[in-house]
Amino acid sequence: MKKGNNLIKKFTKEKYKYGFTTDVHTDIIEKGLSEDVIRLISFKKEEPEWLLELRLKAYRHWLTLEMPTWAHLTIPEIDYQAISYYADPRQKKKGPKSIEEVDPELLKTFNKLGIPLEEQLALSGMAVDAVMDSVSVKTTFKETLLDKGIIFCSFSEAVREHPDLVRKYLGTVVGYRDNFFAALNSAVFSDGSFVYIPKGVRCPMELSTYFRINAANTGQFERTLIVADDDSYVSYLEGCTAPMRDENQLHAAIVEIMVHDRAEVKYSTVQNWYPGDAEGKGGVFNFVTKRGNCKGVNSKLSWTQVETGSAITWKYPSCILTGDNSSAEFYSVAVTNNYQQADTGTKMIHLGNNTKSTIISKGISAGHSQNSYRGLVRVAEKTIGARNYSQCDSLLLGDKCGAHTFPYMDVHNETAVVEHEATTSKISEDQLFYCNQRGIKTEDAIGLIVNGYAKEVINKLPMEFAVEAQKLLAVSLEGSVG
Amino acid sequence: MLEIKDLHASINGKEILKGINLVVKPGEVHAIMGPNGSGKSTLSSVLVGNPAFEVTKGSISFYGKDLMQLSPEDRSHEGIFLSFQYPVEIPGVSMVNFMRAAVNEQRKYRNQLSLSASEFLKLMREKRAVVEMDNKLANRSVNEGFSGGEKKRNEIFQMAMLEPRLSILDETDSGLDIDALRIVAQGVNTLKSAETSTIVITHYQRLLDYIKPDIVHVLYNGRIVKTAGPELALQLEERGYDWIKEEVAE
Ligand SMILES: Nc1ncnc2c1ncn2[C@@H]1O[C@H](COP(=O)(O)OP(=O)(O)OP(=O)(O)O)[C@@H](O)[C@H]1O
Ligand SMILES: [Mg+2]
Repeated sequence: MKKGNNLIKKFTKEKYKYGFTTDVHTDIIEKGLSEDVIRLISFKKEEPEWLLELRLKAYRHWLTLEMPTWAHLTIPEIDYQAISYYADPRQKKKGPKSIEEVDPELLKTFNKLGIPLEEQLALSGMAVDAVMDSVSVKTTFKETLLDKGIIFCSFSEAVREHPDLVRKYLGTVVGYRDNFFAALNSAVFSDGSFVYIPKGVRCPMELSTYFRINAANTGQFERTLIVADDDSYVSYLEGCTAPMRDENQLHAAIVEIMVHDRAEVKYSTVQNWYPGDAEGKGGVFNFVTKRGNCKGVNSKLSWTQVETGSAITWKYPSCILTGDNSSAEFYSVAVTNNYQQADTGTKMIHLGNNTKSTIISKGISAGHSQNSYRGLVRVAEKTIGARNYSQCDSLLLGDKCGAHTFPYMDVHNETAVVEHEATTSKISEDQLFYCNQRGIKTEDAIGLIVNGYAKEVINKLPMEFAVEAQKLLAVSLEGSVG
Repeated sequence: MLEIKDLHASINGKEILKGINLVVKPGEVHAIMGPNGSGKSTLSSVLVGNPAFEVTKGSISFYGKDLMQLSPEDRSHEGIFLSFQYPVEIPGVSMVNFMRAAVNEQRKYRNQLSLSASEFLKLMREKRAVVEMDNKLANRSVNEGFSGGEKKRNEIFQMAMLEPRLSILDETDSGLDIDALRIVAQGVNTLKSAETSTIVITHYQRLLDYIKPDIVHVLYNGRIVKTAGPELALQLEERGYDWIKEEVAE
């Protein structure tokens, strides 16, 4: 008799196909955080003095901070002394110059993840920076890009090869005083990508960074900096996975984007960190600060994110619209299943006149998960003609999950037009049965419904990834119905 | 061929079907009539395996297969189609994607290759013509915002796409205007053959004027209480159900 209520019921174990580990010799520093550890990281990376100073300043500031509690998240106590802050999976000789020098085990790992690092095998039209644990393993198509003056390399390499550019922009969009995790990241950040697109250049291929956590008991603190000079264009994609481990792993990244006059940056993320098992054990804590500054007139920044992984996500890719007529978009799909928690959204800060922002957020919750949208739209007092449109939709599977919306509006100029719409819907057993009757399995039916629901966001992704993202949505919800 | 033996089914512990016996042979059209709440939709739900209902006794076989052993989707793949009394809206899922999934899942079950995009669209066009369905409807989300009549027409369109061996039409006539009723009924007739069977659930003779039944049953209080030829439907139209209820009470 209970069969009807079983159709949407407790999840079973979902499949996470990136959960393997790679057995490589990894140089891991002792667990714990102190000024000495920071000096050691900086030393290992052969950094200039100014950068070490910046790290130490950030660290000292971090010591004065408490972890934020305002998010709709239940975060277990994190012992920052039980984490190792640097893990290098490369073999002893450093800085691989050609593909032959990269440890074959690492190449194999990235191949297995669908990211071939041999340029002849690589996806056409896409350059990749592959980061494992704390270091960049390899960046493809670097030379091809350099012909156009485009710099695409690991952050560490940028510090060595382009110190002036790094120094000019680092911390200008997200300062170390910004928040608890930003301070932590600024103190201990390891690797990430650096992108510089010179004036008037349209980047001819997708740039992408693939982040992989491998080592146990380590944190990953990536740092990415993208600078688009006047009249340039770049589309950038970030992907991430991690092994299945019973312990939680910490990932606290900063992404900074500077967009100059008439430049355009598209930043897409497919976040698939290990979400933990069906009982909520393990998984990555994803505490990320991402922000862009549309500094130039008529500049444009667009964030697209598909968030399916992580045990806990705390992430608000934001935009400061400084330049007149600049515009920003935030397109997000966040899926939570089992015991995952997500508190994600955006901030749009309108400073320039006639600035425009669009927010499309689609939350999908299943199992016992909690999924929150949190967004702020601020229009400064002197800003004339700002416009914002926000749409926040929630889709529920089952009745044990939660969906929440926290839209904040802070509008100080009456010429602003700010619109907000929100809906909540549920996948019903009747809908699923209707699909079943037409020969479509429940899992596939959920895939159809969820992809239909998220279409607007998926369509914003570069084409190759749209297909991947669609599959990922379906897989993430696998087992969410019985 | 469908064979239902002593079928009992309940929902939330309440018995609705209390011993149904029914045999439907290839090529036959059976009409099932009966007062509101007698269990007609329940019978169709049980036939297609809706898990909301629990079968407590009896058996259903379809071309020799035990239906109780098959999932709802496999029953569909075996060729059972239900035109729902209340079709469900599925926002965000286009009719094209929905039907493509349905058709290709069925083909997979039958070890046939998936249709290419162009083959599929051609099939859609052909089958739309059978029920004169507007292209605009076919490009919208499944049933979303469809009028009552449009939903019913869409059910028969889907039937045309899936070419079932057994079609169960649960009050497909309700909501259709006079012209639509004729068009949809003619569509059903075109899809009929000597190999397919049809169960028509209806309250009114007007549908049976188009889709001519071979046998008419009256379902009352969870049992088939009367079975006769097409003339029974005409009698019911004239006299209602009281005389049957009295017969049952005796
Ligand atoms: N979910 C449910 N919970 C309780 N009772 C139900 C449920 N679904 C159906 N019933 C009951 O089962 C009985 C049979 O319903 P059913 O829908 O099969 O009737 P029907 O013959 O199709 O009627 P109609 O001609 O009005 O469509 C009714 O009394 C109805 O109230
Ligand atoms: Mg009914």
